Amino acid sequence: MMKISVKNLPELYAKIAEENSLYIPINNKGNVNFKKWEQGALVDLDRLKTVKSAKDVFFPQSQDLVNFEVNGKEIKVGEQVLPTDKQVIFGVRGCDAKSFEILDMAFLEDFGDKFYEARRENTTIITLACGRPDEACFCKVYGIDAADPKGDITTWIVDGYLYWMPNNDKGYDLTAKVKDLFALGNDDDKVEAYKTEIRSIIDKLPYSHLNLKGFDAEHLMEKFDSKKWNELSEACLGCGTCTFVCPTCQCYDIKDFKTNKGVERFRCWDSCMFSDFTKCAHGNPRTTQLQRFRQRFMHKLVYFHSNHGVYSCVGCGRCVQKCPSMLNIVKVIKALGEDNKDE
Amino acid sequence: MQKISAEMKKRASELLASGEVSRVIGWAEGDFCYDCSPATFTAENIDKLVYTDFCGANLSKYLIKESKKEGKILVFLKPCDTYSFNQLIQEHRIVRENIYVIGIPCDGKLDYDKFKFFDIEGVLGAESNGNELTVDTIYGKKTVNKEEVMLEKCLCCKGKKHMVYDELIGEEGELKESSRFSMVEKLEAMTEDERYAFWQGELSKCIRCNACRNVCPACSCENCVFDNPESNIASKANANEFEEKLFHIIRAWHVAGRCTDCGECSRVCPQNIPLHLLNRKFIKDMNTFYGEYQAGEDTETRAPLNSYKLNDREAYEFDKEGK
Amino acid sequence: MNKDALIPSVGVVTDIRKDTPDVKTFRVVGLDGKKPFEHIPGQCAFLSMPGVGEALFSITSSPTNEEYLEFSIKKCGCVTEWLHQMEVGQQITIRGPYGNGFPVETAFKGKDMVFIAGGIGLAPLRSVINYVRDKRENYGKVTIVYGSRSDADLVDYEEIKNEWIGEKDFNVYLTIDRETETWDGHVGFVPNYVKDIGLDNTATAVLCGPPIMIKFTLANLQELGFKTSQIYTTLELKMKCAIGKCGRCNVGDKYVCKDGPVFRCDELNELPNEY
Repeated sequence: MMKISVKNLPELYAKIAEENSLYIPINNKGNVNFKKWEQGALVDLDRLKTVKSAKDVFFPQSQDLVNFEVNGKEIKVGEQVLPTDKQVIFGVRGCDAKSFEILDMAFLEDFGDKFYEARRENTTIITLACGRPDEACFCKVYGIDAADPKGDITTWIVDGYLYWMPNNDKGYDLTAKVKDLFALGNDDDKVEAYKTEIRSIIDKLPYSHLNLKGFDAEHLMEKFDSKKWNELSEACLGCGTCTFVCPTCQCYDIKDFKTNKGVERFRCWDSCMFSDFTKCAHGNPRTTQLQRFRQRFMHKLVYFHSNHGVYSCVGCGRCVQKCPSMLNIVKVIKALGEDNKDE
Repeated sequence: MQKISAEMKKRASELLASGEVSRVIGWAEGDFCYDCSPATFTAENIDKLVYTDFCGANLSKYLIKESKKEGKILVFLKPCDTYSFNQLIQEHRIVRENIYVIGIPCDGKLDYDKFKFFDIEGVLGAESNGNELTVDTIYGKKTVNKEEVMLEKCLCCKGKKHMVYDELIGEEGELKESSRFSMVEKLEAMTEDERYAFWQGELSKCIRCNACRNVCPACSCENCVFDNPESNIASKANANEFEEKLFHIIRAWHVAGRCTDCGECSRVCPQNIPLHLLNRKFIKDMNTFYGEYQAGEDTETRAPLNSYKLNDREAYEFDKEGK
Repeated sequence: MNKDALIPSVGVVTDIRKDTPDVKTFRVVGLDGKKPFEHIPGQCAFLSMPGVGEALFSITSSPTNEEYLEFSIKKCGCVTEWLHQMEVGQQITIRGPYGNGFPVETAFKGKDMVFIAGGIGLAPLRSVINYVRDKRENYGKVTIVYGSRSDADLVDYEEIKNEWIGEKDFNVYLTIDRETETWDGHVGFVPNYVKDIGLDNTATAVLCGPPIMIKFTLANLQELGFKTSQIYTTLELKMKCAIGKCGRCNVGDKYVCKDGPVFRCDELNELPNEY
């Protein structure tokens, strides 16, 4: 395992940024989000959670798909421009790293999304272990090990040093480019002890042992028909905060935008919580906020699981902390779960 | 706080039992100190009603929907929430005779998001003692000055006086002078470029989640123009950087004169954009040009933008004064 | 080139036929003058005018037609309004085909077929009906029950009159909701008519029309002894991608764009009633 003093990290960033767009948690007036690194940027690896998840790096909020030129009755479809930028994303926590696997299922299976795929291929993921998990974390429920997060390279910050461990070819390739900045660290024991400590904290977190039994295809109608949705959803404002900070939400809209050079067709994040999400000329199958709220959680806990065998949630806890009305997936799991059957 | 909470529960139970009201809107306890959520209660679940330092949500907006249902509903309003209540009455958006208002006291509510500035992580509980707040976390106890972690809206509190109530828990409060325009004044003092840079920096953080709009008691259109695909301005994306600015500026114009400065927009913004500053600029300008006016102070006074007086100043007069 | 599924091709509109006051049928070929792609009856495609928007339509023509694709489109939104005002020769964009389509080569094969449609609901059925006509030997007797608001609102009336009605072993029943001066046929709603006709309940039924028609017809078919496993329908929900990713057309864990739009009613009954 290699190590670098935390003091020298800016040199590492600069070195990585020579050949890559480096995305890293950057503090902007107190808010931390993954942003493209530039010399002098206020990198913040201590903040446990960025406001938005890391998914933007593969699935940006807005993505140009294609340009059209319209001349009289003629239409010219512009060339498909796939992103070619080589990217490195640094400081990804275990939950967000797991979310990429879930997004892969949504985007890459049948009719693979070329834009997502290109970014995914061009990006090296450097994860960072969570030294101080918080009360709203429940990654353990989904089998994620925040002490040893999966990625092309895994890192730990212990006692002023960042420890660096490549896990695959992509990881070794990047390591080869930056290895001169590192010292060999014979501190495996130290890192192991750090992992053990993290795991023991996580084991004691209030949400670490949520029971997901019964959230599966077999119980689809039972969960859908539960009487509890009314109470669970009644304070929902129908905003998209939960969706937009969520690492696994992947719904999108496609829109046209008239520019002076024709028409740009772009795709942008959308939210199943929005009132117009399913509205069309001949009706709307989800007219109430209860239905929209139910859709979001049924998708994450039942439908996605039925289709892909995993939940579309990684337990990052962002919705727990960010919902303006303090509604969240944990409250849904608790209310509809086996431990709390409809009386 | 616990005493008030117990009193609220007692009164709610009594009013439910007597049939005076059929439902109650308040805050339901969560798993942590900070995640109590707005909720309706009946006699069956009234034991879950809580009132804590984290009950910042303004319940008035929920009455748009709730007061149209059958039966009377009891609502608990903090002093600042009563302004929104009056404003909604004035706009005929809520049905007064279906509502029983209990005014509750407030010492300022806390902003969970601000804890991170003091490296308070893993929050399990919080207890205030006068000006001091002790937060219990996974990593031990931490003490902060309460004011430093209060919601922005509470730092500019209009006072402890309720503008409307059917019944009061606690003493009748008093209005308070606030320095709420100080940041607006700072912005006014900036050069145009500085001010542009300020708003560019803030508004470019926007992720178009619409939380500010959906929580806003003044944003009460049945169908928002930004949700109408045929308006040609509906967009969920920051397709270009102009979009968010347009959204927030149009929204501020739209609620001008009706915004009570309840501060919900800034409370809910996941990216902590100080949206209230846009509204306050309008409020300050209206005060300057048309005389002091506080939306929601009562249900009768006509808003300056909705009324015409012979001595209203004209646009050219403002220009003359360089404003 | 390895093109993303969301990027369309250009098509040319070579014919526009006005079927009813608010339905037009558009004939579309590729820039090379050939059929843009092969499809299965019941599948859909996205048509768009850049700057106006993209919308999904079922392909009305039969796969046995080797020259072009046809779409019967009712005017009811901004994209369809635009399509209705365009002229022959106009280029549009097209991508597809999407969805599962009808099981014409499996479950339907060798069966007597009953097709029941209301209004523009005939559009997806026209594809399968003409397919059955062109592969007559593979299917048994065919019964068609079709209704609309008025005789002027019967889509493809010319084809029905001139071609379907005379077809061997074809029984065509037409009805309109309210009497008109120009109509001497049956008057009444489709669900009731279905019951009056007394359909053979061993046939396979295919339904398409407004939700209210589907609901009552389904009930009446069951009363006649049809099992839900003998009845197929095709759903329409808002879609943006048609490849199971944009997230809005799901009914439970099924996506109408990918797992549908054709569903067997017994399968549909196991899903949440959100369509």
